[in-house]
Formats: sequence, C-alpha cells, structure tokens
Amino acid sequence: MLYFQTWKLVLILGVCLLGVLFALPNAFSPQTVASWPSFVPHKQVSLGLDLRGGSHLLLAVDMSAVEKERLAGLVDELRQQFNLAKIGYTDLTSTTDHISFNLREPDRIKDAQAIVAKADPDIGVQISPNGAAVLTPDPTVLAQRRAAAVSQSIEIIRRRIDETGTKEPTIQREGEDRVLVQLPGVDNPEHVKALLGKTAKMTFQLVDTNASVEDARRGRLPPGDELLPSDTTRNGQPMQYYVVKRRVMVSGDTLTDAQPTFQDNQPVVSFKFDSTGARRFGDATKENVGKPFAIVLDNKVISAPVIREPILGGSGVISGSFTTQSANDLALLLRAGALPAPLTVLEERTVGPDLGSDSIHAGALASVVGVALVVVFMIVFYGLFGIFADIALFFNLSIMLASLSFLGATLTLPGIAGIALTMGMAVDANVLIYERIREEVRGGRTVISSLQAGFERAFGTILDSHVTTLVAGALMFWLGSGPVKGFAVTLSLGVLTSLFSAILVTRLQIVTWLRRTKPKVIPI
Amino acid sequence: MRPLITIRRIPNIDFMGLHKIGLALSLVLTLGSIVLFFTHGLNYGIDFSGGTIIEARTTSGPADIAQMRSQLDGLGLGDVSLQGFGTPNDVLIRLQRQPGGDKQQEQAVETVKQKLGPSVDYRRVEVVGPTVGAELIRAGATATVLALLAIAVYVWFRFEWQFGVGAMLSTLHDVITTIGLFSLFQIEFNLTTLAAILTIAGYSVNDTVVIYDRVRETMQRHKSLDFTTLINRSLNETLSRTILTVTTTALAVLSLLVFGGEVLRGFSIAMLWGIGIGTYSSLFIAAPLLHYIRPTHVGHGRKDASDTPAKRTS
Repeated sequence: MLYFQTWKLVLILGVCLLGVLFALPNAFSPQTVASWPSFVPHKQVSLGLDLRGGSHLLLAVDMSAVEKERLAGLVDELRQQFNLAKIGYTDLTSTTDHISFNLREPDRIKDAQAIVAKADPDIGVQISPNGAAVLTPDPTVLAQRRAAAVSQSIEIIRRRIDETGTKEPTIQREGEDRVLVQLPGVDNPEHVKALLGKTAKMTFQLVDTNASVEDARRGRLPPGDELLPSDTTRNGQPMQYYVVKRRVMVSGDTLTDAQPTFQDNQPVVSFKFDSTGARRFGDATKENVGKPFAIVLDNKVISAPVIREPILGGSGVISGSFTTQSANDLALLLRAGALPAPLTVLEERTVGPDLGSDSIHAGALASVVGVALVVVFMIVFYGLFGIFADIALFFNLSIMLASLSFLGATLTLPGIAGIALTMGMAVDANVLIYERIREEVRGGRTVISSLQAGFERAFGTILDSHVTTLVAGALMFWLGSGPVKGFAVTLSLGVLTSLFSAILVTRLQIVTWLRRTKPKVIPI
Repeated sequence: MRPLITIRRIPNIDFMGLHKIGLALSLVLTLGSIVLFFTHGLNYGIDFSGGTIIEARTTSGPADIAQMRSQLDGLGLGDVSLQGFGTPNDVLIRLQRQPGGDKQQEQAVETVKQKLGPSVDYRRVEVVGPTVGAELIRAGATATVLALLAIAVYVWFRFEWQFGVGAMLSTLHDVITTIGLFSLFQIEFNLTTLAAILTIAGYSVNDTVVIYDRVRETMQRHKSLDFTTLINRSLNETLSRTILTVTTTALAVLSLLVFGGEVLRGFSIAMLWGIGIGTYSSLFIAAPLLHYIRPTHVGHGRKDASDTPAKRTS
C-alpha cells in the first residue's frame, strides 16, 4: 500500500491532469473557449433545455386515425366490388380496428373472399358458414405500417423544423409510436406546434357542380362525392361548403417546390409539379375546362378556382385568403411534404432563457456552497487528512465535469442536484477510511500499519456501499425520463469518480506525505 | 495540522436496549404512512396527474394575482390555482387536468395565454397529457420496486440472505415513511421527488451495508460473542462514521434546499428527510432485525485484513 508502482503513479496523475484539462472549458464562456488554440480541449458540458431555455415536445403519431381512414376506404372499395359482382350483403361497416358485414347468400363466401383478398391481400378474413364476416388487419403488417409511418413522420418533422430555422433541433424516436422533439432556444413553441399540428395532405379534386350543397348537408350526398368545409370563415360569414368528387386529380406529393409570392398585392403560394404530376394536372385541366376544382388541404378547401384553360406547364398559383405568414407556412408545409398521420402533443415542457440562466445560477450557487461546507467540515474533523480529502474532492469534481463534457451527456437542473449530492456523499469513502485508521491507531498499531489496515479494510465496505447507490442510479436511468435521467447520470458518474478519487488520489497524497515527513504519529 | 474536533472515545450506547422502542416507533410511522397514503393520497404534480404549470412573470409592474385569477376563472378550465413566489412579478399558474384527451391540455394553455395577453412573459410552461402521466406513474413504481429488490439481491449475494431481508425491510420503511411525509404535508410529489426516493433507497442501504459489514467482521472475529453485544459493539464502532457522513451529505442537501430554487424544493425536502430516516433505520431497524433473523454462518465474506488470516468458515 505504501508503494506506488511508477505506472500507477503516472496513471493516477494523468487521469487527474486530464480531468482538470477537460473540465477547464466549463469555467469560461463559450466565446472565450472558441478563441483558444485547437490543441486545448474545447468541449463544454451541453446544457439541458431546463438550463439553456427551449422547448421539449413529446409527440404521438396517431396511427389509429390513419387506420380508421384506411378501413373506411376499404369499405367503399368493397361496397363497389360487391355490387359489381352482385353479392348481397348487409351491415357493411368499419370501426377503428376491423370491418364487419353479413353475406345474404352464404354460398357466395368464396367469391366474397376473393374480392376481399384482391382489395387488401394482407387483411385477415373470417367468415362463418352463416355469412357473418369480420376482417381484421394483420398485427405484423400493422406494426410494419406503424414503424414506416413513424420514420416518415420523423423525416417530415425534421424538414419542417429545419425550414423554420431552429438551430440544433433534436428529433428522435421514443418507444413505438412517439417522437421526441427538442428545440433549444425556442421559448414560444406555438408556431412550431402549429406547423407540426397539420398533416398538410394536399389534393386537387374536381367540384361536383351537379350536386347541391344544401342536399349534401342534409345527408343526401351523391355516391363518390364528399362534403368539405372551406379553410376559413371570411369576415364573420358562415362557413362555406363544397361538394367535391372523391377521386383525386393530382395529389400534393407530386409537388417539387412551393414558394410564397404576391399576385395583385395579395400573398399567394406558387407551386411546381414533378413530371408525373404535371402530366396528370395537364390532362385533368384539359378535360375539365370551364369547371371549378378544389384545392384541398387536410380535408378543407383552400380555394376552388374555375379552370379557364388547360394548365400544361406543371406550375400554378394557389390564391386564398392568405396573410403573408399563412402563405409562408403553407409553402413551407408543401415543400416539406405531408405527414403520414396526425401528430398529438403528449407532453410539452418549455423553459424561457431567463429562467434557464436563473436555474444555472441557483444550481451553481447551491453546489458551490454545498462543496464549501463539506470542505470546511472535513478540515475541522480531520485536519491535514481533511485537506487531503478536499484535494481529492477537487479532482473528483473536475473528473466528473470532464467526463460529462467528454461523453456529451446533458446536464439538467436535477443533474446539478446530483453533482451537489455526490459531493456530499463522495467524502463518505474518505470518512470510512479515516475512521478505520483511527480505530487501528486506537488499537495500538504503528503509523504505517494503521494506514495500511485502514485502507485495506475500508475498501470492501466502500465497494459494497457504492454499488448499492449505483444500482439505484442505473434503475433511474433505465426507467426514468427527462429530469430523472439527468439526475441518474450525474449520480452514477459521481459514485464512480469518487471511488477513484477518494481511494487512489487520497492514498497517493498520504503516501507522499508519509515519505516526506516520516511522522511518528498520525494527526487524526 | 490536527483536526479541531475529534471523537476520542468509542461511545457505548445500548442500541439493542432501545431497539424495541425503535421498532414500535417505526411500525407506527409505517402504518401511519400507509393509512395516510390511502386516505389523503399524494399531491401529485403534473408529471403524474397530467395538467399544466405555467410560470409567468409580468413585464409591467408587480403581478396582480387577484385580477389574474378573476380573468382566468371565467374560462371554464376547472380549478385554476395561482400562487405568487420568488419576486413580486412571478406567478405560478396551475391548471388541473382538462377533461378529454391529450389535445385538450394543449388548448387550455392557448386559452390562458390569449386571456392574459402580451404583458406577461412565460418563463416556464409544462403540459403533461393523461397518457404520459399514467406511464410515468407506472415507470416510477416499477423503478422503486426493482430498486428495492435489486438492492436486496445484491446484499444477499454479498452477505447472507438474512442481511438481504434486513436491508430490504429497513429501506422499504424509509421509502414508505418518505411517501407518508409527502402525504401528510401534501408536498408536491413529482418526478424529481421520485428521483429523491430512489436515491434515499440507495443512500439508506449504503448506510446499512457499512454497519452490516462491521457486524459480519465482528462475527468472524469473535465467534463466541452474544448477539446483543455484537450488534451494539458494531453500531458503536461505526457511529462516528455514520454521524460524519450524515452531516456532510445533509450539508450538501441543505445547500440545495436553500439555494437550489423552486424546482429542486421537493427533491431537497425528500432527501433531507430520507437522510435522517435512513440513518435512523440503519441503527434501529436494520441492525436489530438481525437479532430476529440471525445469520447462521458468516462465510464467503470479503478477503479480510491481515490479523485474521484464512479464518473463513465456509
């Protein structure tokens, strides 16, 4: 114990030195650090949103809405096909997770099965001999669709947020169907939420000029048509409605670009189709000159202009009752593309930059005062050995900050609490060792053998007691979310670094002191 | 440089003589906490109950809480609570969970923001929908139970099963009474409180393990010692360490309580209580429990010091 092999000595001093070196940037402002030469470590601890200010949004990809819509579409398709094949049925309806119907003639079960299989090859079909049928989507196919929708949503969210100019957003998948969005520096996420709240599914559909809106509103809708409201109510006028053909002329996913511009001093959105879209749009407008068509966004009609001449160039202009902001937003949404499913905000945590910096100050002050109290306490109760423990504590704190910076871990306010707490608990290892040394001294041992026995005997106890805290830390990290995770990181890290500093760094100091002064008694 | 204060003598406190009072007191505390939990419940923060917290600061002069309250009361958002804190400009607005789903929570915030207008700076807005709240409760409870089990298994693995049982019971006692404290004073119970409870579990076992370690060592060294003397001696020998560690940890937590601000208040209160109760339970529950579930042999201990060479019994 009283002899350190050279490599160990180098290792301990090296770790301490690196700790201080890598912790150092945290003591300066980012501007100062940026001006340092490149061989000096630059990395600072990255601060959580609660400290730097920003917005944290947990979104759910609402697949049930999509699935419901899909099944409703399938019901339409089946109705058409059954009628064509002259298969009698009753009660053909869909819910959120299945379709059910009854066949009039049970001997046509085979035909019905064939039609279903053609309409949707993946759906599970159960038809009882008396003709009662239940169609349930295959769970593995559903899971695949959900996974695809979530990945696609993340991509679209990223594009939309990038377009708003938010710096360093974090967008990641959480669990099965969730997306976590973190927007540092954003203290009013209303605009972002509004942008993410729209699926932005755009379609061009013909208006059915033969149908009357009044009839449709009373529930008499011609087959193949749908009733859609207008996007905005203008100047307190009642909501306008349109009867449009369900069949989509061209859909928004064929757009290649959209930009806000002005036409006759009104904000409008200009758009361009890709070649497929341009061809379809050209054909459709050629066939329907003189008729109105509806530009539909998320099941609301933005405008319904009359086709004056075939539009063959593959580009056009959407004019509606836009403000500059809403034209900007629509162009942005069209460029970024449609979300495969609506998003719901499950959790929002937004912290303004002032509160963030207040929290940093509060946390830092609490830590500094806490550490100062511990430092004084150790000197009062252990004298010189207390100073040794305090020096070890300094390196402990440095190594901890260095690891946080180096690992790129995020420091939160509870994380700062974790640091303060581990500083209080870190000296526990020193206390255990010193108390043991005292006991050995009381037991009449010599200086050297007391020190030796103190370190050796305390080691097992320190290990056991630290592992239990690590267990709690690991569980918090595993099961906790947000603030708890931040706390778990610093607590666990602090336990590990305090093992190193309290045992090795303290021992190194005591050994050096022992060699230099050759004391007759231990001042403890 | 010598210490200014030293504890020269090993104290001689008859812990075992007091343990029945301790056990009785703890039984009362534990049962009381359980009763409180089921009758009064916990004052769940929005992390668990769902709902909204808005920390607002008025930009023009001190906040007129009464006026803001009357503005918000008419919005049909249910129970809206306003509370001043920090500077005279700061107001904490709490909305209870809105009926309906996750979407309704977001709408409530919009409504409030529109009503209060532009003279208010929103320093913090937290909205937790019912889905996430329910999940956080489940994850929190799982983490606590798993932590207790994992700790018990570790102690069992390192010592004997009797020590594992003792450590788990005393830690359980600490966790339950901390929850009881939060129920009694209706202090807000949120995610950071939960973190505190898990830390208390870790800390309390840390304390217990140090004492158990000494009990085991003394058992190995003095095989003929009667159990009461054995435990008393172990507790007294480790008492100065217990007090010193409690003090340093408490100093750190106290500083968090005083300077750490509003967000860390619940955490600090829980920790402070936990440090106290954890230490008490190590002395008066964990150690005396061994008297009732005596470890029979003290084998496979750690490699021991030089004066007891190869005296391992297993």
